[in-house]
Parts: sequence; structure tokens; C-alpha cells
Amino acid sequence: MTTAYASPVGLPMRSWQAGARANAGGIYIIWYRDLLRYWRNRTRLVSSLGQPLLFLVVFGSGLSASLGAGLTKQLGDVSYVRFIFPGIVTMAVLFTAVFSAMSVVWDREFGFLREVLVAPISRAAVVLGKALGGSTVAMFQGAILLALAPILGVSLDPLLVLKLLGLMFLTAFALSSMGILIAARLQSMEAFQMLMNFLIMPMFFLSGAFFPLRGLPAWMSVITRFDPVAYGVDPMRRLLLGADLAPGITIAGYHLGTAEDGLILATFAAITMVLAVWAFEGQE
Amino acid sequence: MSSIEVVDLIKSFGPLTAVDHVSFRVEDGEVFGFLGPNGAGKTTTINVLCTLMRPTAGRARVAGYDVATQRNAVRQSIGLVFQDPSLDDQLTAYENLQFHAHVYDVPGRERAHRVEEVLRVVELWDRRDAVVRTFSGGMKRRLEIARGILHHPRVLFLDEPTLGLDPQTREHVWEYILEVQRAHHITIFMTTHYMEEAEHCDRIAIIDVGKIVALDTPDALKRMVGVDIVTVQSEDNERAAREIRERYGLEPQRDDTRLRLEVEAGAEFIPRLVRDLGVAVRSVDLHRPTLDDVFLKLTGRAIREGEADPLALMRLQGRLWRGGRR
Repeated sequence: MTTAYASPVGLPMRSWQAGARANAGGIYIIWYRDLLRYWRNRTRLVSSLGQPLLFLVVFGSGLSASLGAGLTKQLGDVSYVRFIFPGIVTMAVLFTAVFSAMSVVWDREFGFLREVLVAPISRAAVVLGKALGGSTVAMFQGAILLALAPILGVSLDPLLVLKLLGLMFLTAFALSSMGILIAARLQSMEAFQMLMNFLIMPMFFLSGAFFPLRGLPAWMSVITRFDPVAYGVDPMRRLLLGADLAPGITIAGYHLGTAEDGLILATFAAITMVLAVWAFEGQE
Repeated sequence: MSSIEVVDLIKSFGPLTAVDHVSFRVEDGEVFGFLGPNGAGKTTTINVLCTLMRPTAGRARVAGYDVATQRNAVRQSIGLVFQDPSLDDQLTAYENLQFHAHVYDVPGRERAHRVEEVLRVVELWDRRDAVVRTFSGGMKRRLEIARGILHHPRVLFLDEPTLGLDPQTREHVWEYILEVQRAHHITIFMTTHYMEEAEHCDRIAIIDVGKIVALDTPDALKRMVGVDIVTVQSEDNERAAREIRERYGLEPQRDDTRLRLEVEAGAEFIPRLVRDLGVAVRSVDLHRPTLDDVFLKLTGRAIREGEADPLALMRLQGRLWRGGRR
């Protein structure tokens, strides 16, 4: 909405440059606020690491013992803990991104959203700032977990870390946008709890974090193809553990590579972003 | 020049008309008040004027810009203090203002200076690095007022600016508001259902059930009632009312326990009344007309009573519904 206004006599015109500058300032400060709040709220920082770690330890150690030969045949000599590690990192990214986006619901409840919605910046700037904030925070959170890689025998080099950060940011951006789209119309924190149980958890479980997305029942296979998180887990696993363990999601017989995964995530992000802006525009 | 110009404004929610053909004008530098019970349409009017809601019909211009078609220009020209707090209480006072300075495009060179200036006006400079969660209600309100003027708006909207504050804090907050108004020559548009608060206004529009029923200076409004108000409580109000009607030709207004009379010279009237009445008088009260009396005269109800009427309930529902959507 960086339109120039026909100015009444004697009033200064608001040029599109001024509008663009205000929007850029708005995006920056909304992003910065998310970082500030993340940094200030260190209990959240720690507790949202706790859950992925718990999954890693409990499932990693507990399941691998009882899964037996079937899994070993697929995984080769990679331990189950190592296998789910990329999924666990993605989990941290997913949860942090969605939680960050959901702070919109809190802001609505505590009134701060009005301060944002009545500001002379476009809704697109609001949504973009928020999504960037959530993505940055989620990327940090993923990076912290990534530091465990050497312990699990996964070696990291600077270029790989850079690629992983980029991937995590893109995944987080897609999921933040989705979160904001939902939060734009979500009325209460109770509703958010529902959402966690019936959307976010399934999205995580069906993402291929715990099992390879091959040889699944047909119905499940179809669902997983619609799970955006899957397109974050697959390339992450490929980057960390090699293409043998992550041969790519197949759609109609076609194996998707890392670039295609990224493209799907970006498309998903773009669509949810546009819808989120639209959802906010419609609000009074 | 007018800061606010409203012509035939209508805002409906489905079958309910919250603002009904409202027209008024607020001049530059004026302190203008909307006085009325909860649910009269005050907040809805503010929401339309500050572009949070679109008008159903009619026209409104704020700072020269049309609220329906030039929303961003309107937003840049106004400051807002909402009825409910709208601060981020996990951030410090300083950070809250910093946020505001950015979204309102306060130039980078001026930001620090302006934030300091407004924080000093509301005497929160010393608390700038405290997280807002630790602030009292009055401090939060002051911070919101500081924030409302940070980008040098031409019009400052205050929606029940002292709601929920104790009387002493309320007085205090008003000192800040008027100080700000004088220093920056800002136009102030406020809503309230506190009579004392409305006295701070240059002009007041009394609003009831979505319509403006009177608009004038507080003094002129009180002159509409014009006389002294005597309230009487007696052993038998029925009989007392009848006697008063016959003896003095006055028409008493009744509420649950008392009779209310408008008389020319109250102080002389009371002894005569007590002597003449055939029923025992329990208590008598005399006061100069207040805005409450004006409201009562115009609508037949006291301001606080208005809160229970069905329309107010519907308005409340409307607010809940909107609360969900805004």
C-alpha cells in the first residue's frame, strides 16, 4: 500500500518513497522485536530445545533397539539416532517458527496488535516482518541443535553449515508464514492448543523425521506429499547424512532434489504469505 | 481549519446501527469530548475515525484526509490511546517507543531525541529501561500518551484515557494530557463516561444510542438545565410528588428512592419545601447542574443506567465479535 496520496490543499504529500521507507522501518522493527523477545524470554529458548532433545534421546535410543532388522536393512550402518537427527533439528525449527507466528494471537489478546494494525504501514510489511522474525529465531534454535552433530558422528564444515542455515531459514519462513496465516484468524490460545495437536504434530510425524517416506501405505504416502515439513526434512537429511539415506521424495515417479525441495518450500511460503496478508487486510 | 470533519456518518453491524447519522466538526487545537454511556457508539466512532473500521455510510476527514480512502495518511497524522492497554509488556518503555518511532517513520536522526523528550514529559525517563510488565496502570497510561504523541500527530485520540485508574492517578494523567496538548498544539478527540473528565473539554458532544443529542461547551450545556437541582427523599415519595406538583407547579423526576426537582433558587426553596410538605423528609440534597443532569434531561436516563439497556448489550456483543476479528 505504498500509494501516493492526492493531497488536500496545503497538506504535505506522502510520497511513495516515504511510504516505502516507513514499510521498511516497519519490517525491520517487527523483526527486531521478535528477536528481542526471543532473547529476553530464555525459558522459552530452553524449553523449546527440551522437547526435540527428549525425542532424540527417547526415540533414538528406545526405538532403535526394538525396531530390529527391518529398519537396519534400510538404514545400513547408520544408527537410528543419527537417522532421526535431521528430523529433530527440523522439529525445533517447525515448533519455534509456529510458536513465533502464534505470538500474533498473544498480541491480539494483550492489545499490542492494535498498535501494529493502526500504524501507517502496509499489512504486507507487518506479515513479512513477523515471518522474518519467526524464521530468524527458528533458524537460531535449529542451529543450536545442529551443534550436537559432532557428538552423533556427523561432521560439519563451514560451507555445509551455511547451506543448512539457509535451508533452516527457508523451512522456517514457510512454516512461519503458515503460522501467521492461521494466527490471523485464530481467536484464542485454546484454539492454538488444538492446532498444535491436530495440525502441527501430524505435520511433524508425517514429515519423514522418524521413518523413511518409502514403502508406506498408499494413503499415507499421499498425505506426506502434502506435508511442507517433509520438504525440509529430506534435504536436511541429504545434506547431513548423504543421498543414500535421503534419495528424495518422489512425486509421480520423479525424484525431487534439494533445489526442487527448496522451490516447493518457497512456493508454499509465497502462497501462505499472500493469504496471510489478505487475511489481515480483511480485519477491521 | 478543521482537524476532524464528520458528515452523516453511519456504522452498522448487521441490523444494529452503532453510529447513526453523526455529524460534527472539531477545530484545530480543540479538546473535544464524546460523552455518553457505554455502548453509546463512542468507541465505534473513534475506530472509524482512526481507520480501524470502515464507515457504512457518510464521510469523515481527519487532518484533511478521508478515513475511507486515504487510510495511511490518516494513520500518519493521528496518535491513539486505546481503551485497553496496547503496549508490549515484555519490552522496556524505551523499546516500546522505539518500535513506534520506526513504524511511524520518525527520521533516524530525531528518534533518540524525541523518545527522550516524550518520556520526560510523562516523567518516565528514569524508568525507560524497565520492562513495562513492572509498571502500574497509571504509568502504562502515561507511556501510551507519550507514545501517542511521539510522531507529532495533528490529532490525538483518547478512548476512555483514564478508565480503570483511581481518581488521583486520573487527575495526574490529565495534567500530562493537557500539558502535551498545550506544548504541541494538538487537537484532542476523547471519549469518556466520567463527567469530571468531560469538564476538561472545550466542547462536548453528548451521544446516546448512536446519536448526538447535544453539542456545546460544558458551561453552555449546563445552562440547558440552568437551575439548581434539589433531590428529596421522603417517607412517601408518591404523596410528596403529588404535593409538589400541586403546590409549586413543578414536575418532579423520580428514580427508585428519590425525587429530583429543578428550581431557580435552591437554597431558599429547601426550607419552604421541608415546612410545607405533609410527609416527613428524610434527606435533601442541593447541587449546581452537572453534565450528568444534562444527560438526564436530554435522555431521561442517568449515564450509568444506560449501560444496562438492550442496545448496550448488543453493542457489547458487537465488540466481542469485533474483538475477534480486528
